[in-house]
Amino acid sequence: MTRKRRRLYLVLAAMLILGGAAALALGALQSEITYFYSPTDLASGSAPAERSIRLGGLVEEGSVARLDDGVTTTFRVTDLTNSVPVSYRGLLPDLFREGQGVITEGSIGTGGTFVAREVLAKHDETYMPREVADALKKSGQWRDPTETPK
Amino acid sequence: MNMHRFANPGRFVRLAERILPWSGALAVLALAAGLYLSLFVSPADYQQGDSVRIMYVHVPAAWMALFVYTVIAAASASALIWRHPLADLVARASAPVGAGFTFLALATGSLWGKPMWGTWWVWDARLTSVLVLFFLYLGHMALSNAFDDQSRGNRAAAVLALVGFVNVPIIKFSVDWWSTLHQPASVMRLDGPTIHPSMLWPLLVMAVGFKLYYVSIMLLRVKSEVMAARLRARSMAAVEAT
Repeated sequence: MTRKRRRLYLVLAAMLILGGAAALALGALQSEITYFYSPTDLASGSAPAERSIRLGGLVEEGSVARLDDGVTTTFRVTDLTNSVPVSYRGLLPDLFREGQGVITEGSIGTGGTFVAREVLAKHDETYMPREVADALKKSGQWRDPTETPK
Repeated sequence: MNMHRFANPGRFVRLAERILPWSGALAVLALAAGLYLSLFVSPADYQQGDSVRIMYVHVPAAWMALFVYTVIAAASASALIWRHPLADLVARASAPVGAGFTFLALATGSLWGKPMWGTWWVWDARLTSVLVLFFLYLGHMALSNAFDDQSRGNRAAAVLALVGFVNVPIIKFSVDWWSTLHQPASVMRLDGPTIHPSMLWPLLVMAVGFKLYYVSIMLLRVKSEVMAARLRARSMAAVEAT
């Protein structure tokens, strides 16, 4: 075996071991790296209930309501299997609307309502001009983002 | 392909000099056309409006951040294994350029995140792993200059580049493996792009411009390193002759 060949195998072996170690470490940290929990995670109890967490999902159609004080918004976050009622006091991002993906940070309050301190809008990976979106909706070809939840 | 054909620095410089005018001119052309297409011709997004135009800088910068790091890792492997004489120069010449692309991706992403997501920064898997990439670039630059003996610096930086390469697939697949605030890939995905052609074309022209810019800058930097080494050798010979 030549020196070059030996160095090649050495580098390849080191990369394999390193890759394996990284994969194991990331696998073990899976739940820590996950940025948010889904309503189903909350319902099944796999999300920690006692501390502050992030809850992600879609804003349920027809669920958004503004309370009389003018600054509190209530809505339901759904993953189309389960949904969680959320209340939030503050300004909402521009992309916040019904059917839109959101990530809220807060904790479960009394009566099972998720009290959010922060609401972030999540957008999907689809980009198109408004006319195309309108044309798709008109022709019935529209693939509603709520039908393919992540 | 036997890369040792390009091992002769003189031949490399001649080749670089032949490529440089073309790649430089085409880079300027593609960037000018790409900016015009993306800022004036391409449509506003149905959800994001005009903010989507940040994408035409953000996405090519992020692609190049990964591409340049991959080039550095490949050059480092060929330097460590085959002792290719120009590989260290390519890695050293690429690192600051890659760091610049990564910074551009982070900065434009932050500017885009504020209006769309409602936050400048979150510690999700995609954003965090790209920040780690930025630090890897800085570490590579610092390490390769940390020794009086340049070849020791090159060797240490090459090992760092190979170790850090683990991060590249993590960045690419972070949006698929974990739930992140950052959305999944729109262009490089198995079931075809989810971006309308009227927005995809300006993006691809910008990506070509970014790549040609990198090729030009990299060739220029390697060429000047070779010239500097030649100059050092000549002045050393002059000193010894006296």
